Amino acid sequence: MELENEGEFEPRIVAFLCNWCSYAGSDIAGLQRMKYPPTVRIIRVMCSGRVEPSFILEALKDGADGVLVGGCHIGDCHYISGNKKCVARIVLTKELLKQLGINPERLRLEWISSSESGKFVKIVEDFTKDLKQMGQNPLKTLER
Amino acid sequence: MDKERIGVFLCHCGTNIAHTVDIEKVKKYAESLPGVVFVKDYKYMCSDPGQRLIKESINENGLTKVVIAACTPRLHESTFRETLREAGLNPYTLEIANIREHCSWVHDKREIATEKAEDIIRMAAMKAGLLEPLEEREIEAVKEVLIIGGGIAGISTALVLANSGLKTYIVEKEPSIGGKMAQLDKTFPTLDCSACILTPLMVDVDRNPLIEILSYSEVENVEGYIGNFKVKVRRKSKYVREDLCTSCGLCWEKCPSKKIANEFDLGLNTRTAIYIPFPQAVPAIPVIDTENCRYFQGLKEGKERCKICKKECPVEAVDYTMEESFIELDVGAIVVATGYEIFDASQKPQYGYDKYEDVIIGLEFERLISASGPTEGEIIRPSNGKIPMSVTILNCIGSKESDGNQWCCRYGCMASLKHALQIKEKYPEAEVNICFTDIRAFGKGYEELYRRCRKTGINFIKGLPSEIYETYGDEKHLYFTVFDGLLNEVIRVDTELLVLQVNMVSPKETRELVKKLGLCTSEDGFFQEAHAKLRPIETPTPGVFLAGTCQGPKDIVDVVCHAKGAGGDVLKLLQKGTIKIEPISAEVNEELCSGCGMCEPVCPYGAIVMEVKEDEKRVAKVIQAKCVGCGTCAATCPSDAIIAHNFTTEQIIAQIRAAVSP
Repeated sequence: MELENEGEFEPRIVAFLCNWCSYAGSDIAGLQRMKYPPTVRIIRVMCSGRVEPSFILEALKDGADGVLVGGCHIGDCHYISGNKKCVARIVLTKELLKQLGINPERLRLEWISSSESGKFVKIVEDFTKDLKQMGQNPLKTLER
Repeated sequence: MDKERIGVFLCHCGTNIAHTVDIEKVKKYAESLPGVVFVKDYKYMCSDPGQRLIKESINENGLTKVVIAACTPRLHESTFRETLREAGLNPYTLEIANIREHCSWVHDKREIATEKAEDIIRMAAMKAGLLEPLEEREIEAVKEVLIIGGGIAGISTALVLANSGLKTYIVEKEPSIGGKMAQLDKTFPTLDCSACILTPLMVDVDRNPLIEILSYSEVENVEGYIGNFKVKVRRKSKYVREDLCTSCGLCWEKCPSKKIANEFDLGLNTRTAIYIPFPQAVPAIPVIDTENCRYFQGLKEGKERCKICKKECPVEAVDYTMEESFIELDVGAIVVATGYEIFDASQKPQYGYDKYEDVIIGLEFERLISASGPTEGEIIRPSNGKIPMSVTILNCIGSKESDGNQWCCRYGCMASLKHALQIKEKYPEAEVNICFTDIRAFGKGYEELYRRCRKTGINFIKGLPSEIYETYGDEKHLYFTVFDGLLNEVIRVDTELLVLQVNMVSPKETRELVKKLGLCTSEDGFFQEAHAKLRPIETPTPGVFLAGTCQGPKDIVDVVCHAKGAGGDVLKLLQKGTIKIEPISAEVNEELCSGCGMCEPVCPYGAIVMEVKEDEKRVAKVIQAKCVGCGTCAATCPSDAIIAHNFTTEQIIAQIRAAVSP
């Protein structure tokens, strides 16, 4: 890959999106033919509450530059309260990342409703930009 | 994984995918993926020949897992599952690679889209290799239905259901069913009277032994799942006993508090403190408005005043001690038919709704022109009570905005034509103007109505004024200037009455129902249907359906179609008495379960219970009928003992790896 030039690389984001809100929102972005950077690879889960910290660690270990978790807005969870459990896990996972020497900003939790296609696009754009500034996932260079 | 034989089916979606994704390149790539033994592309995979191609390929190549790279799984996953079933494969050995919504539609560059499509297909294939066959669960369903909202939508759905033999409850927040349609005078395009269509249906609902109307009531809480909902309904106190009241009318005739603004007539008329909203109300049981009742207001000062209604009631139905009550309903399906609210015209101060008395909205016009309305059918200027010699109707108020309410109200153009004709018929001498942005006469018979109007001397002005003014003096009237796009010049219009044709907006209750029922809304604030064309009545929550304008603006014709469709969808679901539900649920591996019990409290549905086995081992157990498959328990389990079917840890990890490393 064309990674040699520091700062100008194409980050890779793994996104866990809940079926009912965030995944639906990302679908609508397609329906509306919105454009966003090709940096994100989406994994569908039924609820953001399904996302285990180990999934996030796995993604970063494998070399993802950032991880996005998308759920329904608080109070709107299709499964009543799965997103609240997700928050608790993300907070702890961010702590864990700090301890591991990984910038916790590489993990992002966002509430994206099924009508917020624009918000989804904006998040992918912003996260991509921020990750470009953060540089590559250090674990990737460590492996080399 | 060696034993798995994965087939990848690549859909062009006409040119939707093939336009930006190099199908040939992706095809070659897919063939190189481990486990993939067969790759085929086709123009429209979801079409009949496409599905046949999948079935034949499964059988000819002994495929065990299938990846379909096409549109979002939220669109055709269930269709393709059936295809697999017909080919003799378990429907849950399918994984969809979303290369349309997530790829070809959001990227312009062919190279980039092609590479991303390869990634998405790789991720799907890696998951597909780990998919397990799952068996659908069959559960008992209660053959009773709750309809929230008793307008024309709720009424139409209820009659379909009850006439098909299903017990149906209508929960209506107002004292009577009928909704907004009851306030209308005539309906377009035929100009037949609204009450002549609606009121017989209201009587049918009332008389039908299988329909129970719970008026003056609201849904408090909903629990359960498709086929088995438990609904708690709050019944506000009417202070009149429904079992005793004979609707004789003595109470509201004698009530001394007579000067209360009548909501049904939008304040153009008055009502009493004990009242029925309109003469044809169903049920015709009065309610006491405690805010305006002399007895209830007296209680605040510790005095017992008035009590005339209680004294007058011949059957002792008036009961001041009545309290609100709650009832629980067990239903198999819920139809949301909560309708719309009219756009608040005062949000557009330039049109002077709050400022000038002679500016009214369309619904007020309906009440004025109605023979049973406050003026018994005379159009009057609110400022002086006289018949206006000129009326101007402004279309698209709070509609079709570049930011704000972007949507079209879908009734305003036709309502304006109707109103204009009504004025011309009643007062042939009156001047009538319609200011429009464009006339949308899209329905059956609508263009014909427009043509009819064109011949009656109504002035059509293409353009909306930016501000309304009033002249000074005794004989004051309204005027404005407007650029008429047809004349191509600025004209001045003087008018005695201005009617604003306002948009429909989603009612306040929508937000609460979103939470209570797990629904979502589209950008316009109305409820989001599962799919605009394939599932226009279903919602993301199985067993919950939409009827009428709660899903988006509609005219009466479209509302009735949508609502009767809702009846059909519910019947399809409940008529057998059992429902097949997706096997996407959680299961405990008892060998691995340590019995710690952490999963039990995280389940939002109480679907997990702790059990003690014969060997005294404590294990978690998932009650399948209650489990909805969110997977929160699986994420919580510290021993990896809970399997979230179709979204297992192994499957997700495989996707993650495939997402990051080619």
